[in-house]
Amino acid sequence: MRLLGSDLACFRGGRQVFSGLSFTVEGGEALLVLGPNGVGKSSLLRLLAGLVPRFTGALRLEGGDPELTIGEQAHYLGHQDALKPSLTVDENLVFWSRYLGSGQEPQAALAAVGLETIAQLPAAYLSAGQRRRLSIARLIAIKRPIWLLDEPTSALDAAAQAYLAGCMGQHLAGGGLIVAAAHGPIGLAAAKELRLGGAP
Amino acid sequence: MSPLAALFMRDFRLAVRVGGGALIGVLFFLIVVTLVPFAMGPDLALLARVGPAILWIGALLASLLTLDRLLAIDHEDGSLDLILTARVALELTAAVKAIAHWVTTGLPLVIATPLLGLLLNLEPKATAAVALTLLVGTPALTFIGLIGAAITVALRRGGLLVAVLVLPLTIPVLIFGVAASNAAIVGPIRFGTPFSILCGLALMSVVVGTFAAAAALRHAMD
Repeated sequence: MRLLGSDLACFRGGRQVFSGLSFTVEGGEALLVLGPNGVGKSSLLRLLAGLVPRFTGALRLEGGDPELTIGEQAHYLGHQDALKPSLTVDENLVFWSRYLGSGQEPQAALAAVGLETIAQLPAAYLSAGQRRRLSIARLIAIKRPIWLLDEPTSALDAAAQAYLAGCMGQHLAGGGLIVAAAHGPIGLAAAKELRLGGAP
Repeated sequence: MSPLAALFMRDFRLAVRVGGGALIGVLFFLIVVTLVPFAMGPDLALLARVGPAILWIGALLASLLTLDRLLAIDHEDGSLDLILTARVALELTAAVKAIAHWVTTGLPLVIATPLLGLLLNLEPKATAAVALTLLVGTPALTFIGLIGAAITVALRRGGLLVAVLVLPLTIPVLIFGVAASNAAIVGPIRFGTPFSILCGLALMSVVVGTFAAAAALRHAMD
């Protein structure tokens, strides 16, 4: 599996966010997108997920399912957690697991991120870090080959960061690929770097 | 459970839980219709004559009230981003969301209608006719509203704009809904004539609303 972008330019709100961007990510590889605030890291991830309708350049996935778009084969972990405050932790995860299509019950993933004891708590009472953990449980519960992670370690404590690093390592070992936006290392052992916005 | 069944169950649960807004519409409907006899005075003949129109206006306004919850809250918390990465046609997702919305906000209006018919001095037959037209007409209102909700999805607090956009489009439904109710009560045309046009409008709005909303959602993403 290989994700190729060439000469990508992205337009949001009538403004060109970036242009002339090219990269290649192979299966088992991670691409770390770095750069100062506002340079278009999140826009790039949204573009890859198919959430930015206005862009130019070529984007293609080799070795994926030709019936599906790139977004449909990807997990998008954005700044927002997509959790409903009036549903319980368990209900939130079960819904996404069924809707995004794995079929299997996600309770093991809930235990893996350490939220099984509060599975029946409404998501309104979760802390920022717990909300993030629940989003990460979604990545584990549903198998998708591409992970698009937007600052995945924000709000996570050291233990959760280590756990996430382990998950990302397993995902890469299984042939998946990761594109992550961050401001520093996020625990990926060997990641290619893509710098946006000129000199570091 | 299939993805669409899971989506229906989630939206249903969200609507009936605290802060969900399932009862807001029907309570508003009850209050609006209850106020009318106080405003117009105890003229029973007049109330019976304008009763169907009042019930229809009440239902129309009540169904507008909760439209801003249909899609905007999913946009605000990022759920819509994930919905767009699902392997389900966006048209089906929009349709299922509208159906769940109708079951929790439109159907209660139909169920409340017989009670309100008493307040407006409607005959049982007239009440049944109004309830039947609302049963067919409220899905049309929901699916027309779906278009407005999808167009304004990215706007913060677009609730009033939805109402302004949607109300003109609901005029045909209102005309034939009230016409069918009046045909059943006073004639002279047969109930079936305007009622079949109302059914046609409802079916058309389901198709047009679903596709238009999906197209609007795709372009609203940014």
